[in-house]
Amino acid sequence: MASELGISIQQQEHNWLSWLVSRQAFWVFLALVVACIFLSFATNSFATPNNLFNITRNFTFVAVIALGMTIVIITGGIDLSVGSVLCLCSMILAEVMHNGYSIEVGIAAAIGTALIVGAVNGVLIAYVGMPPFVVTLAMLSFGRSLAMVASNNTVVYQFGPDHNKLLFLGGGAFLFGISNPVIYTIVLALITGFTLRWTRFGRYVFAIGGNEKAAILTGVPVRRVKLAVYMVSSLSAGIAGIIETGWLGAVTTNLGAGMELQVIAATVIGGANLAGGAGTAFGALIGSALIEVIRNSLGLLGINAFWQGAFVGAFIIVAVSFDYIRNLRQAE
Amino acid sequence: MAMLELENVSKHFGAIQAVNDVSLSLDPGEVVGLMGDNGAGKSTLVKIIAGDFRASHGTMRLEGRELVLHRPVEARQHGIEIVHQDLALCDNLTAAANVFLGREMQAGPGPFKILDYASMYRRAGEIFTELKSETRPRDLVRQMSGGQRQAVAIARTRLSDAKLILMDEPTAAISVRQVAEVLSLIKRLSDSGIAIVLISHRMPDVFAVCDRIVVLRRGRKVADKPIAKSSPEEVTGLITGAIDKAF
Repeated sequence: MASELGISIQQQEHNWLSWLVSRQAFWVFLALVVACIFLSFATNSFATPNNLFNITRNFTFVAVIALGMTIVIITGGIDLSVGSVLCLCSMILAEVMHNGYSIEVGIAAAIGTALIVGAVNGVLIAYVGMPPFVVTLAMLSFGRSLAMVASNNTVVYQFGPDHNKLLFLGGGAFLFGISNPVIYTIVLALITGFTLRWTRFGRYVFAIGGNEKAAILTGVPVRRVKLAVYMVSSLSAGIAGIIETGWLGAVTTNLGAGMELQVIAATVIGGANLAGGAGTAFGALIGSALIEVIRNSLGLLGINAFWQGAFVGAFIIVAVSFDYIRNLRQAE
Repeated sequence: MAMLELENVSKHFGAIQAVNDVSLSLDPGEVVGLMGDNGAGKSTLVKIIAGDFRASHGTMRLEGRELVLHRPVEARQHGIEIVHQDLALCDNLTAAANVFLGREMQAGPGPFKILDYASMYRRAGEIFTELKSETRPRDLVRQMSGGQRQAVAIARTRLSDAKLILMDEPTAAISVRQVAEVLSLIKRLSDSGIAIVLISHRMPDVFAVCDRIVVLRRGRKVADKPIAKSSPEEVTGLITGAIDKAF
């Protein structure tokens, strides 16, 4: 009896194929691959080095924030302020450098700003107990307003002595012709994926999203983890802001407007569950990439660009219905 | 020597006297059934022992030493474990992850510690085998039966060298076959010298595993006697107030 039990416990209950097909990110990845193959044959301009360079760079700004957003969403929260935080951090970076400071000082100021904004969000949510939706909605308004105040609503396009360094940071390609933002994104995705899977912090993020009360009862430092999560989310928006500033070469106060919804869409398409408890760094990348490929391909296929939103919307429903159907089956 | 002693413990919330002058003593390996109607003070009493509440009056001693708890974590450090009524499980995590929640095993040098999955799976597997529960460490709790979920919650108490385990309605939400499974788990825990407080509404369960029965009514202890000298009828009378007291 005991040995039988031992065998049944030791059995490898994980069949890799069944694990893979149960993942939403896998299906979206498949859709992405199919779309890319189709576009390579259907158009002359999709699989050109120039276009691929553009696509891979363009998706990074959403992807970097989607990594931070994924962590927030796994805890069952939401961060609506990321678009405004991106704008605010870009503006701080631009203003600091415009006033003659070095790029290091500018980046430090931008990152510091992101962390402070994230800490404010986090304290209000984790310690005061306000709903994340409300707190970050307020910050969405507050952050962009601050960016307008900081710049007096002007466009900043001269970044002082380190002007060219900043442009290279965001627009250059120092490794095999891969644009720099892509490299940052891959590095950040690896760090995020590692943290979620291999650290105590990552484990607690999933536990809080799964059952916050259970996490509290078992001694998980729920408040500290939540505070950190909103700081990470803001930080990701700040990093995206720095990169995007370097690429665009100019900062306006409507930078990143409405971006939060694009980021949330990417995250959800990639398999994060808005109810909390599920999500991956890989999914965040795939979701962001799919949105960018849709945007890019519509232009190449000669379809009116106004259809982009309809395609993204349809994909959200399709992607989430995979999850829904699987849950229905399990309930039976 | 008694494992746990409560002496004249009271707890009031404002004007409400939730627990009133209760004294109680538990020996190692003893299983005590704690019964009473809703609002009789069972949960409050257990929460005092588990460190969720501080008693307004009275003292608590663990193995003869006075015990003052400020937080649940401190109770755990002293070897007092609690299995919560709703089990406090995360459905999206594996059995092993739930067992180790808040006490994860880590490996690696200095501050660069990573989760030690292999050791946690192995240890969780050992505990499930020891509890004779057919629960697999890598399975998600979402996919588990009520009995298996209960086993996961109970497995947590085996991580440390628990002296006392408090169980809040462990058989309330599971099937008949699984109840038998949980009751035999309780037997095995007490065989290894652990004192157990079992809160339950289910008379047959209490009579199946408990050595002694304690009945609370409106915050006061109205019975404390060996189970062999009592009967379900008497206990029902004590709970409802038809019988005033029995010692």
